[in-house]
Amino acid sequence: MSTEVQEIAPKKEGLFSKKNRKLLSDPLNDSNPITVQVLGICSALAITVQVQQAVIMSLSVVFVMIGGNVIISLMRNIIPDRIRIIVQLVVVAALVIIVNEVLKAYLPDISEKLSVFVGLIITNCIIMGRLEAFALANKPGPSFLDAIGNGIGYAWILLAVAFVREIFGSGAFSFPGLGQVKFLPSSWFIKAGDAGMVGFYENNNLMILPPMALVVVGVIIWIQRSKNRALIEEN
Amino acid sequence: MEHVSIFVKGIFIENMIFAYFLGMCSYLAVSKTVKTAVGLGMAVIFVLGITVPINYLLENFVLKEGALTWISPEYANIDLSFLSFIMFIAVIASMVQLVEMIVEKFAPALYGALGIFLPLIAVNCSILGGALFMQERQYPSIGEATVFGLGSGVGWLLAIVAIAAIREKIRYSNVPAPLKGLGITFIITGLMGIAFMSFMGIEI
Amino acid sequence: MGINKNSTGFTFGFAIVMVVVVGSILAFLSISLKDLQNKNAADKKMMDILGAIQVDATRANAADMFEMYVKERIAIDFDGNVLRIADGKVDPKDKKDPFNIDTKKDYKNEIKRVVKTSADEAAYASSMEELGLEFAVYRCEVDNKPYFVVPMVGTGLWGPIWGYVSVEDDMETIYGAKFDHQGETPGLGAEIKESDFQKQFVSKKLNTANTNDPMFVVKKAGQPDGDYKVDGITGGTITSKGVEEMMDRTFDIYTDYFKTVNQKTSELR
Repeated sequence: MSTEVQEIAPKKEGLFSKKNRKLLSDPLNDSNPITVQVLGICSALAITVQVQQAVIMSLSVVFVMIGGNVIISLMRNIIPDRIRIIVQLVVVAALVIIVNEVLKAYLPDISEKLSVFVGLIITNCIIMGRLEAFALANKPGPSFLDAIGNGIGYAWILLAVAFVREIFGSGAFSFPGLGQVKFLPSSWFIKAGDAGMVGFYENNNLMILPPMALVVVGVIIWIQRSKNRALIEEN
Repeated sequence: MEHVSIFVKGIFIENMIFAYFLGMCSYLAVSKTVKTAVGLGMAVIFVLGITVPINYLLENFVLKEGALTWISPEYANIDLSFLSFIMFIAVIASMVQLVEMIVEKFAPALYGALGIFLPLIAVNCSILGGALFMQERQYPSIGEATVFGLGSGVGWLLAIVAIAAIREKIRYSNVPAPLKGLGITFIITGLMGIAFMSFMGIEI
Repeated sequence: MGINKNSTGFTFGFAIVMVVVVGSILAFLSISLKDLQNKNAADKKMMDILGAIQVDATRANAADMFEMYVKERIAIDFDGNVLRIADGKVDPKDKKDPFNIDTKKDYKNEIKRVVKTSADEAAYASSMEELGLEFAVYRCEVDNKPYFVVPMVGTGLWGPIWGYVSVEDDMETIYGAKFDHQGETPGLGAEIKESDFQKQFVSKKLNTANTNDPMFVVKKAGQPDGDYKVDGITGGTITSKGVEEMMDRTFDIYTDYFKTVNQKTSELR
């Protein structure tokens, strides 16, 4: 569906016009869904313990967002106002269930990892927020770009948080296809050896706990806003 | 007694915000003043208190494997649980729409204050979370399911009112400019979450 | 547009059409993919059972390996009486095949509630008796030595945990263990899935002698070792306790069955 849209849109406006490029680049920084629009926090906290999970979650969210944004945008003229939220949720939920069912049948190993997050994807406020704020009022082409932009803006924060938490929390990180990447020699870690305790480094278990995701996101916001002063709030 | 235990558990031990981190989006965005926080918290209690029992009935009389036997014993093998997400979310969304209409009609001031976040209650993860926990935990009766819903809602209200009160006060503190507002709220919530972790594992 | 999209009639019509369309798409998908999904689930289960007897299988060869190593699939009742024995190829559609006893579902729907509501051991036993559930055990052979694999399900911190544990023919030495979970905290409770945790179980023994103590203990790391103890996970106390409860409760059911098997083997000797 998305490729069709890409072909049709340029004739009317030019898919990569300046305005549309902004749709892609803005969510990465100036209107980042997590750090500025404050959407999709729940999932950012729940699944940023490991980079691997963050990658799977990001991909699923990008996919569902593109699908949802384009479908809702195509239907925007016939959705009755009063039930628009139900319509949006049903479209998103159906998309997620379809993805999960298909993966379960053809890629069972990935589906096993994904199935835990299904509920989180459906209620991810980013998807709903963009459907409500953008897709309902715009053509499929720009909606498609908006979905990609916001999806990537969401993904990079997620990956950054997961990276920090996994490195400090587990001393290594696992990435699909790469296996476990260790940063510190295992002899550095404190453990009981023959002659008492050996090693001097210990993983920070606090990092694995969910509250630390909040603190890490807080710090990312801090860094982002000290670079981009326009985003600073009054109080 | 069981009901009281479920209620207290929902507020403190299994707090939606601090133990499961559900419903964070509206929690962070609508916690600038205590007044709006109370309003949204009430809305969440209301919606959880209605949707959890409705979804409980749905789960036990429609979705669960063998749940359709009340129509005819032939249906004992039908398992509709793949529909549970979409059914739960549909119930939640319609309930939220109802609440939205009621608030708009009877409390226009509150409606103006809550703005975009009332519709977003539908995607407040804590509401779907409530339905899914209810499904997962298999409460024996609708009474207990309702109490669980209300308890979780009160826990959510407690969390958002607490952070709103802190944010009202922190305005007078000398927080580094880039950290003001959202940043410091994240960090405070993290610290509150760590504090609430001490409730984890307590058996009542 | 000719129609008013906000009229009540259109709203209702739209809702009905949407429900029908989405419902039929989902129902169609669910029905048409069911067989493939069931096969995947069965393959996964076979891989886990083989994992418990330390045989590594892949999705591709799980069914063949399972047939090679697992000699008998046995269904027993709560008192340890053998109900049915199946061998040869697994039929995922045959409800009578002990392979298709869904322990996870039984636990979620029945056992969990019984465990929670029973006041004491006797009440638990009588309600379990009443339920009339069936339990599966797999007799496997590796290098001509018999092993018995027992499936188990319990509760972790965030959701269900489950596993397969194999015992040697003395019916108390653990040969291998395989655990999995739905959503335990990565790095903490989720470690039960890692081989570091599972390796500890090898050559440990079940506590069959002293019935007052649990059959198996997952203790705090650093406490004195024992034949029937392994180290729990630091920071994953509730998950570790879940593993302990699950093993104790499950092996309790199999005790009587194991005794009869033991008698048979000693007679044969």
